[in-house]
Amino acid sequence: MNTETVTNNLIEIHGLRFNRGRRMIFDGLDLVIPRGQITAIMGPSGSGKTTLLRMITGQLRPAAGSVCVDGEQVPTLKLKDLYSLRRRMGMLFQNGALLTDLNVFENVAFPLRENTRLPDTLIRHIVLTKLHAVGLRGAVALAPSELSGGMARRVALARAMVMDPELLLYDEPFSGLDPISRGMVLRLIRTTNDLLGLTSVVVSHDVEEVSQIADQVHVIADGKVTASGSPAALANSQSALVRQFMTGAPDGPVAFHYPAPDYREDLLGES
Amino acid sequence: MEFLHSVFAGLLQSLRKLGATILFFVEILRRCPAALARPRLISRQVSDSGVLSLVIIMTSGFFVGMVLGLQGYDSLSRLRQENILGAGVALTLLKELGPVVTALLFAGRAGTALASEIGLMRATDQLSAMEVMAVDPIQRVVVPRFLGGLISLPLLTTIFNAIGILGAWFIGVSIKGVNNGEFWSQMQQYVEPSDIWEGVWKSVAFGVAASLIAVYEGYHAPPTAEGVGLATTRTVVTTSITVLILDYLITAFLL
Repeated sequence: MNTETVTNNLIEIHGLRFNRGRRMIFDGLDLVIPRGQITAIMGPSGSGKTTLLRMITGQLRPAAGSVCVDGEQVPTLKLKDLYSLRRRMGMLFQNGALLTDLNVFENVAFPLRENTRLPDTLIRHIVLTKLHAVGLRGAVALAPSELSGGMARRVALARAMVMDPELLLYDEPFSGLDPISRGMVLRLIRTTNDLLGLTSVVVSHDVEEVSQIADQVHVIADGKVTASGSPAALANSQSALVRQFMTGAPDGPVAFHYPAPDYREDLLGES
Repeated sequence: MEFLHSVFAGLLQSLRKLGATILFFVEILRRCPAALARPRLISRQVSDSGVLSLVIIMTSGFFVGMVLGLQGYDSLSRLRQENILGAGVALTLLKELGPVVTALLFAGRAGTALASEIGLMRATDQLSAMEVMAVDPIQRVVVPRFLGGLISLPLLTTIFNAIGILGAWFIGVSIKGVNNGEFWSQMQQYVEPSDIWEGVWKSVAFGVAASLIAVYEGYHAPPTAEGVGLATTRTVVTTSITVLILDYLITAFLL
């Protein structure tokens, strides 16, 4: 591997292994995420997409393999260094994960108040700018319980980018949103990535949305990356699994039925 | 054999949990100095755990005091000693009943609220979001709540005692006709500073136990509706038993 690829890739994951109890989640997964692009991680439910994000943020440690973010080996970092790495990351959680005891303004201001010593007037400016970018400057005084799902997701996005991170991680950003909110989030992901020069990782199983914004798509199944490429290339893939996933066919390599005994025997019993 | 096995397994499980709770306590203590630098977070928790428990504490204190007044008067009047009613009630409340009953009420009112709040924060990824934002959730969420509870409980105990004595005075002096001067002067004569300190030590110990158990159960609750529900139940059960055991140990040590 030459030096150029190291600097061009923000995240490099090699030989990743991880188990939850007896269930194998990753079995020697390799993945490279280049800087400045939107990389989508797709795969069926339970394939470990969210787990992969938690490996990148250092919230979970792999059983084996390396997770390298911006030249730093995440699993071996000390807590202090891990925290300083996390200050350069933002993450959008599936349900927003807004702090319920703080209003919208304080939620977005939270990372600044906790991690910096900026004066209040500057914090106010930054927070209002970020909220304006997601179209919710008027909602500063609302409590998280007063927000719709789409609004909460946008506030969480403002919070995720308030520290001007280099890396933004999105965990299922489109799930459970109405078409208008989906369109808004979609556009926000693309514009934030391009305007702020970030690297974005989008974990999702919404094929249509991901195809519209991702530069690169990786499909995870059976603990490995089974297909990679641009959305257009994957749409024309010959792989049975990728085809099943992209077209949403109910049965295929990913079986519709959970493993079960023979149907006829099950119904008729021992007789 | 099966029975013995399950008894030992249960015992082992309890010991393991005790160990985990103590380790969690050490984690909390290590972060206390930094948390004390942000008194506003703590005062908000004193308000949530303490001020919001005032109504239940004051109401219970008044009724417990009135019952003590009635029972005390009944017993003492048989010995023709009703003039020492004030001293008897004060000693009972200060040394024993005040700290114990307040801690039990605190577990039911504030402990459950703490456990379910922290448990729900975990279930809705709020703690996880803090970690990603480079904020230590133990430092930011757990320690202020622990300290808030620890500060609140002795204060609530003091209020409980004062209201309880007033309740006994109301029954004894206003209704049963015990001499007002005797009620207070006998109390002054028989209650020693060491009696007051005994109650204070107890309420501090109960404050540590009740707050620690609540934040531990909440923080380690499985992130499901059932998990959070069980955590709140366990908070009340474990706190009640711990408070009663600690009460015996401290009394045996101090007397």
